[in-house]
Amino acid sequence: MSALLDVKGLTVEFATRRGTVQAVKRIDLEVARGETVGVVGESGSGKSVTSYAVMRILDRAGRIADGSVAFSGLDLTAASERQMTDLRGREISMIFQNPRMALNPIRKVGRQIEDVLRRHAQAGSMDARAKAIEMLSQVKIARPEERYHAYPFELSGGMCQRIVIALALACRPQLLIADEPTTGLDVTTQKAVMDLVSELTRARGMSTILITHDLGLAAAYCDKVVVMKKGEVVETAAAREVFAAPKDDYTRRLMRATPRPGSTLRGLLPPEIAAAPNPPATVTGEVLLKVENLVKEYPRQGVSKSWAQMFGRGPAAEPETPFRAVDGISFEIRRGESLGLVGESGCGKSTTSMMVMRLTDPTSGAITLGGDDIGAIPARSFAASKHRRRIQMVFQDPTDSLNPRFTAVRAIADPLMRMGSLKGRDALRARCEELATLVGLPLDLLDRFPHQLSGGQKARVGIARAIALDPELVILDEPTAALDVSVQAVVLNLLDDLKAKLGMSYLFVSHDLHVVRLLCDRVIVMRQGRIVEEGTSEKVLEAPDAAYTRELIAAIPHPPV
Amino acid sequence: MSNVDISAAVVSPPPAEPATAPARPAVGLAAALGHARYVATSNPVTGFAFALFFLIVLAAILGPAIAPYDPYASDTSAALAPPSMAHWFGTDQVGRDIFSRVLVATRLDLIIAVASVALVFALGGFAGICAGFFGGWTDRIMSRISDTIMAFPLFVLAMGIVAALGNTVTNIVIATAIVNFPLYQRIARAEANIRREAGFVQAARLTGNSEMRILLTQILPNIMPIMAVQMSLTMGYAILNAAGLSFIGLGVKPPTPEWGIMVAEGAGFIISGEWWIALFPGLALMIAVFCFNLLGDGLRDIIDPQRRT
Repeated sequence: MSALLDVKGLTVEFATRRGTVQAVKRIDLEVARGETVGVVGESGSGKSVTSYAVMRILDRAGRIADGSVAFSGLDLTAASERQMTDLRGREISMIFQNPRMALNPIRKVGRQIEDVLRRHAQAGSMDARAKAIEMLSQVKIARPEERYHAYPFELSGGMCQRIVIALALACRPQLLIADEPTTGLDVTTQKAVMDLVSELTRARGMSTILITHDLGLAAAYCDKVVVMKKGEVVETAAAREVFAAPKDDYTRRLMRATPRPGSTLRGLLPPEIAAAPNPPATVTGEVLLKVENLVKEYPRQGVSKSWAQMFGRGPAAEPETPFRAVDGISFEIRRGESLGLVGESGCGKSTTSMMVMRLTDPTSGAITLGGDDIGAIPARSFAASKHRRRIQMVFQDPTDSLNPRFTAVRAIADPLMRMGSLKGRDALRARCEELATLVGLPLDLLDRFPHQLSGGQKARVGIARAIALDPELVILDEPTAALDVSVQAVVLNLLDDLKAKLGMSYLFVSHDLHVVRLLCDRVIVMRQGRIVEEGTSEKVLEAPDAAYTRELIAAIPHPPV
Repeated sequence: MSNVDISAAVVSPPPAEPATAPARPAVGLAAALGHARYVATSNPVTGFAFALFFLIVLAAILGPAIAPYDPYASDTSAALAPPSMAHWFGTDQVGRDIFSRVLVATRLDLIIAVASVALVFALGGFAGICAGFFGGWTDRIMSRISDTIMAFPLFVLAMGIVAALGNTVTNIVIATAIVNFPLYQRIARAEANIRREAGFVQAARLTGNSEMRILLTQILPNIMPIMAVQMSLTMGYAILNAAGLSFIGLGVKPPTPEWGIMVAEGAGFIISGEWWIALFPGLALMIAVFCFNLLGDGLRDIIDPQRRT
């Protein structure tokens, strides 16, 4: 049987200021009927561009320069735009990364499914609604008749992605292209969504191309894996073979860099640069940060009072219970210790870190840093407090957290200028160079603007800024979530080295237990504003007490050890 | 984007650079000029707008020096002469050379436009940034001021202001600025608002910056490009507004050469066949407005990160 999709020698070019750039270079890709193929690679490897080329939805600057794309015998590179419009959605459909962006925000989700069905004449005005509801129930949305009338903003991220899947599968296409379908979703939601996709596609005998940066996800759901690097395919093999015995050097490096049970921090790095592990940090008994009964309440929104109540005539409204984002949590961090704060989105971990950071005021509770009650100082005036320099933060998105108009050296110098005691240009510059060397940022990059730096370099600038004033506590808010795995490996090692060198304490906020385990001594697992489990990293990961922690660990896909 | 920078490993610190830092790479002016050249050549219309802009500025600076005749000198023997080699744009009812008057008027019209745009940028822009960044009562007060201004037909409001304050160039500038205030206030407010909780703003709070300093060093530079585009687009409108006020007799007084007055003076003669008196100043007005609008589009291309590949 011939392959459903056969890509041969595909080359995609983009016209840019500096001439044409080949984003994809002569790649071959074959997808058999009923097969799930994973396309794996780091950012810039050309994996998304490949799928756009197959769908013929490259943006203006891009064009297919060479090669052929055969879809059940039809050459898509030569197909007319009209033919392509018919094919998209009916024969080949796509799931995008951000489900909210893929849905029309002002149209009911049921209607959006109907639109697709009608466009491809799969339903008429009589049965469209019934078919749409049928699709909703197929993607396991509870109470589909009711949800038919929901708008995207009323649904959670996972639910939106289910709707997008329903849209993609509504016309029973033969090929589904899923471009990072679960990035940005929680691990348990990711598992539910991916299980659903694989169940539905298998039941219909569909082929799937799963584009992902996550080797674990590819290992768990794909029959065949294609590893891409800088626009070229470096390895194509059955999924089991790739993970059991990766042939290519690059694949091996990626495998090493992906955290999984049993891996060590140094083990993530390529063997040629791995060094001896840091000596275990000297955790003294002295408590640095103490958080007691911390509560953050937000007023509930969207509940409008009736007119009568507003004028005080009707029956008195029941006192509304505000929403508790953080519901009375207590924990301690000792000097030199790093504590992991783990949980899924909405569990209150970010709110907690913002309160400890003193960017948000708690509703009640106490925050003490080395004996000083910093919780009592309002967040508004904390910038001027002498305690400000003692707690610093490394942000989640290295791009967003750097002012696009500041050079790297200006960003690093900012805390020194505001709160440091250094005077004079030369002294500042010298300290910035010292910090850059400490975080492994080449000095000639110091005068560049953020858009001229790579993701890993921007992360280094952010770290240098955070440690500029020798803080006692650094909060790491998913510092590697936006980075490729190989860069993540380097950054995690850097953070560990810095801690050993400078004797700081870390509060590491993350959703990924495997990453947290590598860097942290103790872990706290949060859910719905409360702590469900607390203990040493080994204990929480190896023998969790709470059912929720077990569920969380089981949901993380990882390549076989 | 993110290169796999394993080579610059943590474990082995990067080789120490020579103590003298290398000269700053060409990231500032040179790069900006290079980018401007790229935009101008990739979009000829933008290049044309820039050329036109330089021509207008040149006319404003050198106008009185290169004008062939004195713009005030009347010569009744040559009144209402059609365009000729001696008088390129012809002469008006008292025999003044229209070409010289159009050329000399450039300076006044440009000054009015630049001054009013600068004024409204300072007032409206600052009010908007404060509203967007601080929110709350600051936002309410600033936004209601904008709403109040917008409740009037703008040109009528400008007329009212000039009529009330008196017929001077300064008052035209003030009136034009007030009329444009809501536009600037709203754009600055929206742009500041989306950056209010941006990562780099939070980071600046952590490094001990006061809120006012964050506003000036973090927010303002980032919304400047958008404001620059707006300034260019408003510049055309400001010229039109000033000319409009002069046309109906408010603002600049005759015999001062000003495009609006000249069109007004010439309007009466169109019926009797002397079309050149109104046409040429009108044409100058049109070209100036056209130029600033194209320039705005071009500036938007320059600052749009989407085009910066």
